[in-house]
Amino acid sequence: MERLLEVRNLCRRFGGLKAVENVSFSVKEGQIKAVIGPNGAGKTTLFNLVSGFLKPDSGTVLLDRLAVQDLPSYSIARKGMARTFQHMKLFPKMSTLENVMVGRHIHGRAGFVPSFFNLPWTWSEERRMRREALDLMTRLDIENLAETEATSLAYGQQRMVELCRALACSPRLLLLDEPAAGLNMRETAEMAKMISRIRDMGITVLLVEHDMSLVMNISDEVAVLCYGQKIADDVPLAVQKNPEVVRVYLGEENAQDS
Amino acid sequence: MSFELLFQYVVAGVTYGIIYAVVAIGFNIIYNTTGIINFAQGEFFMLGGMTAVTLNAFMPLPLAIMLAVLVTMVVGALIEMIFIRWLISPSVLRMIIITIGISILVREAALHIWDESVHALPYFTGNEVTSIAVGPVRISPQVLWVIGTCTVMVLALNSFFNQTSLGRQMRACSANRDAARLCGISAKNMVTLSFVLSAGIGALAGCVVSPITYVQYSIGTGLAIKGFTVAILGGLGNSLGAVAAGLILGLLESFSIWVMPTAYKDAISIAVLLVILFVRPSGLFGSSEAANLKEF
Amino acid sequence: MVVRRVLPTLILIGLVVLTEQVTRITDTRYYLTQLTMTAYYGLVIMGLCLLMGYAGQISLGHAGFFAMGGYLSGLMTTYNLEALKGSSLGSMLTTLNLLVSRKDLYGDVTLSVHPWVSCILAVAFASVVAYLVGGPVLRLKGHYLAMATLGFGIIVYRVVLGSAIFGEADGFSDIPGFAVFPGVEVSGRASVRVANYYLAWGLLTLTLAGLLSLVNSRIGRALRAIHGAEDAARAMGINTPRFKLQVFVLSAALAALAGVLLTHFNGAIGPAQASVMASVRYVAIVAVGGMASLWGTLTMGSVLNMLSLRGYFGSLDDAVFGGILIVIMLFAPDGLLRAHPLARIRSLLRGTEEG
Repeated sequence: MERLLEVRNLCRRFGGLKAVENVSFSVKEGQIKAVIGPNGAGKTTLFNLVSGFLKPDSGTVLLDRLAVQDLPSYSIARKGMARTFQHMKLFPKMSTLENVMVGRHIHGRAGFVPSFFNLPWTWSEERRMRREALDLMTRLDIENLAETEATSLAYGQQRMVELCRALACSPRLLLLDEPAAGLNMRETAEMAKMISRIRDMGITVLLVEHDMSLVMNISDEVAVLCYGQKIADDVPLAVQKNPEVVRVYLGEENAQDS
Repeated sequence: MSFELLFQYVVAGVTYGIIYAVVAIGFNIIYNTTGIINFAQGEFFMLGGMTAVTLNAFMPLPLAIMLAVLVTMVVGALIEMIFIRWLISPSVLRMIIITIGISILVREAALHIWDESVHALPYFTGNEVTSIAVGPVRISPQVLWVIGTCTVMVLALNSFFNQTSLGRQMRACSANRDAARLCGISAKNMVTLSFVLSAGIGALAGCVVSPITYVQYSIGTGLAIKGFTVAILGGLGNSLGAVAAGLILGLLESFSIWVMPTAYKDAISIAVLLVILFVRPSGLFGSSEAANLKEF
Repeated sequence: MVVRRVLPTLILIGLVVLTEQVTRITDTRYYLTQLTMTAYYGLVIMGLCLLMGYAGQISLGHAGFFAMGGYLSGLMTTYNLEALKGSSLGSMLTTLNLLVSRKDLYGDVTLSVHPWVSCILAVAFASVVAYLVGGPVLRLKGHYLAMATLGFGIIVYRVVLGSAIFGEADGFSDIPGFAVFPGVEVSGRASVRVANYYLAWGLLTLTLAGLLSLVNSRIGRALRAIHGAEDAARAMGINTPRFKLQVFVLSAALAALAGVLLTHFNGAIGPAQASVMASVRYVAIVAVGGMASLWGTLTMGSVLNMLSLRGYFGSLDDAVFGGILIVIMLFAPDGLLRAHPLARIRSLLRGTEEG
């Protein structure tokens, strides 16, 4: 299988703290790959480095063999990488439909001048974007929320809207930052099903997650980060048996239990 | 250029510089406890100077200054209690606009009370022409008053924040408001206190410098910009950095007269402000990593 | 849907015509002068509304762009280029109609730049400055952005106040009218008062129509997204620096255009037009209008500017604007038209504005 994303020797430090240290991994096209690790392992930093929200100190990020680590995040998005945020960042004071339509942004071309002069072709483009957004919302079964203000929705619904907004970019690679954070068990199961469906649509998924059940059930490969370093990267079953992962992870789980 | 002239420039630079530093520290005190940049900061300075001039007509100078500082502190407290205290997590944009509105109201009130004319306190010791020999050169005693008062103020504030329990409580609020509240510190009262302190030091600086620079209802904005420049240059929230930055800006301005018409003197500080904002918003002495994490 | 979109604009046109007719019938033509000025200030605040209300970028320096337009056009149309007269360059420019001769106040013939040329140059200059300043400034946020734009405004103020070529504290006077079309001259003469009124409000209406369609388009959505959550907007592939810069330049150009036209209309401009207070007034009006509401801003801006220009606030003029800023931001940060008692009007407006 083709490697859609390849990360090589990525490093990033904050002051003296090595948040991500020499991490390499790859995501094959059509896969669901998960990055897990205890709190403060550098998962979100890694995510921000891959999606261009942070610049690495060294290392490369290849999206479909193209080096993107020096591109601004919006250019990376245009190259087919969409992402969600751990703390959902829906656009306030905008309806759900409008939120999703912002996701279609890169598939429109009406600029300042045509929009200002209200040229007829911008109307049909606007209608097309609205229709596409609604279609996608229907597929995710949230079309009934279209006119509601997105930030006033229930937490689980907001997660779904954010996912829908990212999908509206028609990405080749979708980055999900803790998609199950704050969801109850039923919602988590739904989210897992949704992520599998997204993979079946032909979209490659890279996700960062805390919830082990979600990760182990749906991922094709799992990488484990600990204190900024990768300690394992394999199929879920092998990762679960990896003694170092067990030590790092179960150690932490036990500590949480007590 | 003679040594004497050079020295005069340095003295002028230091005098203004330390004033800017005090205004900057006023910004820092409020910023540290609230995360707000108080655009009305320059107005405290103006209010102190103006009130002291008026009061001085009825009472001896030291009493007039003390009372003026007290009045300005009360104004600071009132501003906080009326406009700031009851807002629940207001947006930055909202706070900017509110403090701008406050500065306009204070300035307009000053215009109606004192009209457009310039006012000044008498020299604390001697008069315009007295001078004290410092080595080979002579300087005005008022300059020594300004430098002395401001230095004492900075040192006193520094030991207040580091040595006293109240000062530590205020610092705790700035570091982590919720945690401070859990320790039984009233964050709201600390914010009021920060406005009172900030108003007080601004007013005192306004009093000591008014014999040299005069005060007018409209001086607040220009001073606020300079104080803000210094606050940024020294690293927002860093009071010792502000002193160093104040001296740098004061000297820069003072020596700029060689190369530019005086009319453009004010533009120097704004140019410095723009450059520092574009190039190094964390300031000369701040860490850029920390600045990235702050919410502006 | 199309009808609902154009209806408010039609109502505005109706109101403009109605107002003019009322002043004719009641013999209160003198109101038209202030109404014309109000329309030009309307251009500035419409642009600022787009920048501040929709894209979420505060500017405390818009009076600087206004003054740039006004002062440059004033300078070019009054600066005597008599020295060029004999030269081949001078005659070439004159044949091209770029330079015009006119008689000044004292009856002397002067040669100066044609108002059309000066208007275009002044607006272009302000746009270029906005482009150059906007690049680094718009990377800043919150307090830093506010202070940087304030600093920019003060620099412009200091330059016009301190430069002999810009008349220092006196500014310019005796600025000639601006013959936009044959027979329609932007000037304060009573004979062209009605034409000027329609010209100003016509321009404002067209601008408003354009901006309305802009905010309801893909671009408007992107701007509101930047305002709401800039990170997320970037993740959606929106080139946030470019969008912010484009809005900044557009709003600066509108401010400069208003500056040019109002300067020719008044025949004069002074440093007060470049002051910080002038910038703050524009911000106040956008805030009162509800930030992200072109109609609200236009309504409140027209009312406040009209009252201010008619002198209703007297010597409390600035204080009124300061007070408005505080009261609105404390009690109705979403604008007066969105506050409770007027909720009905608001929903009415919203239905037509966003439908």
